[in-house]
Amino acid sequence: MIKRLARCIREYKWAALLSPLCMIGEVAMEVLIPLVMAQLYDYGIVMQNMTVVITKSVQLVLCALLSLSFGVASAVYASKAGTGFARNLRRDMYYNVQNFSFSNIDKFSTASIVTRLTSDVANLQMTFQMMIRMAIRCPMMLVLALISAWQISPELSLTYLKVMPVLAGALILLTPVVFKIFDRSFKLMDRLNNVVQENIHGIRVVKSYVREAKETEKFTDISGEMAANFSKAEKILALNSPIMMGCVNVCMLTISWVGAQMVVASGNNPVMGLTTGELSSMFTYTTQILSGLMMLSMVFVMMTMSRTPLRRCYEILEEQPDLVTDAEVPVTEVPDGSIDFENVSFRYSATAQHRALKEVTLHIPSGATVGILGSTGSSKSTLVQLIPRLYDVSEGVLRVGGLDVRDYDLKTLRDNVAMVLQKNELFSGTIKENLRWGKPDATDEELIHACQLACADEFIQGFPNKYDTYIEQGGTNVSGGQKQRLCIARALLKKPRILILDDSTSAVDTRTDAMIRRAFREEIPNTTKLIIAQRVSSVQDADMIVVLDNGQVSAVGTHDELMKTSAIYQEVFYSQQKGGVE
Amino acid sequence: MPPARMRGDGRKAKNAKGTLLRLLSYLKHYAPTLIVVVACIFLTAFSQTTSSTALGRLVDDYILPMVATGSTDFGPIAKFLTRIAMILLMGMLGSFFQSYLMVGVTQGIQKKIRDEMFAKMQKLPLRYFDSNTAGNIMSRYTSDIDTLRQMISQSIPQAVSSVVTLVVVFTAMVRQSWILTIVTMFTVVGVIFVTKLLAGKAGKFFIGQQKSLGAVNGFIEEMINGQKVVKVFNHEDACRTRFDELNDELQKNAFSAGKFSNMMGPINNNLGYVQYAILAIVGGIVVVQSNGQMLSLGSLMAFMTLSRNFNMPINQISNQINSIVMALAGAERVFELMDVEPEVDEGYVELVNANIDADGTITESAVRTGRWAWRHPHKAEGTVTYTELKGDIVLDMVDFSYVPEKLVLEDICVYARPGQKIAFVGATGAGKTTITNLINRFYDIADGKIRYDGININKIKKADLRRSLGVVLQETNLFTGTVMENIRYGKLDATDEECIAAAKLANAHDFIERLPQGYNTELTANGASLSQGQRQLLSIARAAVADPPVMILDEATSSIDTRTEKLVQDGMDKLMHGRTVFVIAHRLSTIMNSDCIMVLDHGHIIERGSHDELIEKKGTYYRLYTGAFELE
Repeated sequence: MIKRLARCIREYKWAALLSPLCMIGEVAMEVLIPLVMAQLYDYGIVMQNMTVVITKSVQLVLCALLSLSFGVASAVYASKAGTGFARNLRRDMYYNVQNFSFSNIDKFSTASIVTRLTSDVANLQMTFQMMIRMAIRCPMMLVLALISAWQISPELSLTYLKVMPVLAGALILLTPVVFKIFDRSFKLMDRLNNVVQENIHGIRVVKSYVREAKETEKFTDISGEMAANFSKAEKILALNSPIMMGCVNVCMLTISWVGAQMVVASGNNPVMGLTTGELSSMFTYTTQILSGLMMLSMVFVMMTMSRTPLRRCYEILEEQPDLVTDAEVPVTEVPDGSIDFENVSFRYSATAQHRALKEVTLHIPSGATVGILGSTGSSKSTLVQLIPRLYDVSEGVLRVGGLDVRDYDLKTLRDNVAMVLQKNELFSGTIKENLRWGKPDATDEELIHACQLACADEFIQGFPNKYDTYIEQGGTNVSGGQKQRLCIARALLKKPRILILDDSTSAVDTRTDAMIRRAFREEIPNTTKLIIAQRVSSVQDADMIVVLDNGQVSAVGTHDELMKTSAIYQEVFYSQQKGGVE
Repeated sequence: MPPARMRGDGRKAKNAKGTLLRLLSYLKHYAPTLIVVVACIFLTAFSQTTSSTALGRLVDDYILPMVATGSTDFGPIAKFLTRIAMILLMGMLGSFFQSYLMVGVTQGIQKKIRDEMFAKMQKLPLRYFDSNTAGNIMSRYTSDIDTLRQMISQSIPQAVSSVVTLVVVFTAMVRQSWILTIVTMFTVVGVIFVTKLLAGKAGKFFIGQQKSLGAVNGFIEEMINGQKVVKVFNHEDACRTRFDELNDELQKNAFSAGKFSNMMGPINNNLGYVQYAILAIVGGIVVVQSNGQMLSLGSLMAFMTLSRNFNMPINQISNQINSIVMALAGAERVFELMDVEPEVDEGYVELVNANIDADGTITESAVRTGRWAWRHPHKAEGTVTYTELKGDIVLDMVDFSYVPEKLVLEDICVYARPGQKIAFVGATGAGKTTITNLINRFYDIADGKIRYDGININKIKKADLRRSLGVVLQETNLFTGTVMENIRYGKLDATDEECIAAAKLANAHDFIERLPQGYNTELTANGASLSQGQRQLLSIARAAVADPPVMILDEATSSIDTRTEKLVQDGMDKLMHGRTVFVIAHRLSTIMNSDCIMVLDHGHIIERGSHDELIEKKGTYYRLYTGAFELE
């Protein structure tokens, strides 16, 4: 899993390597500096030797500048590597999502894909940056400071070795406990936020049913539980700093006591043994060693916490698109618009018991207009989504233009099968830009013509900016019926062999609906047209009407035939006649 | 570190002082604890400065004299170290109790503010939710409260302890040498200047980074939501190209911003060493030149130790001020919500269970009788009268506007007799839903009167008014919990049998039975696992179990196909039986049998009458009915 994500570093490999390397330089300098400072103090100030004071000061400044340069370089490389890694990760994920089939998308749900691409990636970026800096810095600091301390006095350094296991032990004991409580607290926090969210969205329901008190009680309960859990975790965490301070203090006192005796014994003569300057360096190392240990434990915590986003991003990267073209040489031309279902069954997942489609056999000649009727859940949408291979059939064969859909190059197939989805989407951008999704190089005349067919030209001309009108995200600034007509125009621009309208005129009035259908009949007679509709009037004049019931073809025929043979059709027809038109 | 205005996000409190005072008022309750905490902070700071100068004193006062005299009596050192150990121990205890006690304070205040905010939110008028996005409200519960927590638990205590340390160290420094103190001040100003410069740069790129991040996240959100359309149009490559552009731009900006903020640490650190070197040189020169007159060797040594303790609190204070300013902005947003004028309810007429005798005498009942009455106290006379709840609703010349001077409804008159079915038809924005929102007083009318069983609804307690009205909306909102709990939402003390009966009435029983755990199936994310139609059936069942005398059905069946709708319609007809019902519907088939149909256009009722009458009239309704007219 980590290996796959590490592949995202790619061209930032050097930055990712240089950053820790520079960090090592910085740490080395930071460990060296106390030594220089000790000499400055012992030989310069104490002995009142100005030459030594100046040379050692210059050395100190040089060390500091060197350390600074290393530090800055490490910072720059870390930033480069971190942001670069995030960029590549986001890119890889987005690219793979583009390969996803509909069932891949359904599996993750769009909301979840969005979170993974945004907040999870941001989370990993932070962890990654911290890792290439801190995960190197802490152990390096620990080791180098320990070595330097050993150089000064092995006897005093033994103190560290005695105290370190105590601190490490305390951290190892405390961290998992705290971590577990925090984990629980964050889950409660999610629940709490969920309550808030539901209440904001459902405020009308809450108020209508006068449930304000009940909801407040629910909130207060979770809120209290959350506060209790966080308190518990943070109270344990409050031990951290005193434990750390305690360890530092024990070291300091021991070193002071033993060190004082050593200095007195040596007569504060560097040649004879420990000096006061060296003693003060030992103090600096104490802080460096123990805080290095402390930070290391924090690095571990952060790494554990990034496990979830890591897994979630990995899942996106490794998801295999489940639509593959088996044919060695995919067909790149669709001969005609005929569609043949042979005993087609479909289930949404391989393990599902329920078959959304059951043994469907249908033969649709090229150029025909086919109406599809059926109640919700009768799998109308499922049926047509198989044609441009948005899903693959589970059993049976589906042919377009006489060839199995799996033999086609996917792009060719989808270019020739235009589909207006039930859930229409327009994207932020001008009307022209939206329409050109259908044909990127379409001329303005072509755009207008398509809109005329879809009865959209009229209202577009009514906008102040006409075809340059800006559509807001999600198409919120046009009405439902206008949106549907724009989507139809966009599909028409593909000049497809097969055009599928999945309940795409439900918000369009019947007169316009009829006009669009007449335009189809007259202007694109050779295109096979599949129309899913709720209204009988939308499909009444089709060459062939398919009545679906519970995933099965219940009846096929013209309006007149079905009026005689199909009970369901009659029922729908009369229910709408009685109620007039919607 | 720079003050907050150098940072990029630019969110600042408008009234920082007022907000701070108000926050402090929450702290008042914890005054005794806080006094202990402050004492602990003093103790810790004192302990820290003492220990940092302890080494100097150990060397100057004990080791060097011993080296000079050649004494081997370590007794005084042992005594000195024991004293230091005691001080350190006190510091440790102080540090522990400070953190430990602050947990209680922080979590307590956080919970209090959170709970108050939620309780307040429940009282806010609908208008507030119309004018604030969900994300905007949400962020007050998440990020704003979190910055508050950080401020109370970390920023303020740290700032206090930094100030204490600074004062202690500064006094000690001045006492040792005023010359070196001046030198130190200069170098400190230099360090602050450099970091300020860097932070300014970082701030600029930070804005750029936030912008690019917004662009990338926005693109991802829009395109992933429309991913199926992208696939249908073979638009994947175009999307990849656009994504790359945005993504590269983000990387560029994030790199620049991160670069500068990462640099801050090493620069601060190492400039401290440079300062040390400068002090050594200047101090050394002064000691040697003045022959120890202006500055003694011991003072220089003590001073150099002190100076290393001086930079850290300065950096920390500016850091903490930064986050305090940010937290105040968050606190202000929280208080803003708490200060919104709540829904006013001056109603005093209550809904009570009633016994109604054959002669019409109404007496109040303590138990549920299935019959209801309005309890109407008359203050002036000190008497109480009861009016039977029948469901007679009259709108008399009602005007309404969301914003002043832009009437959404004008001169609306509606007479709904008990048990009648009244339908509203009209285009989106014609004001259909608004009328129903006025009846349950989500909004208050500008002019005119609404009477419920002859009582002006302004006199009725809002809770009782709403309890008597059942509502099914087009946009269904289910809550996290089981199917059963969701149905029971309509009547909290409903038995399982009642809930199931309601589900059967709404024809929801069959599909619920087919769910994996039946009535115990857990619903999450607004019932995402259900179809739109199924969600709607559940919300109808929820209304059915509430069993109110008046129902409002706002496009309740619009997302159900015509065949299923017939099933639902059966259930609804049963539900509507004997009740006053207001129906808003797109499909005329569902409202044809209404007692009266109102056709609305731009806030006016332009036609009214039964289906047959309106067809006869050959007006707008007729054109709608024959499909010559588009409804949106």
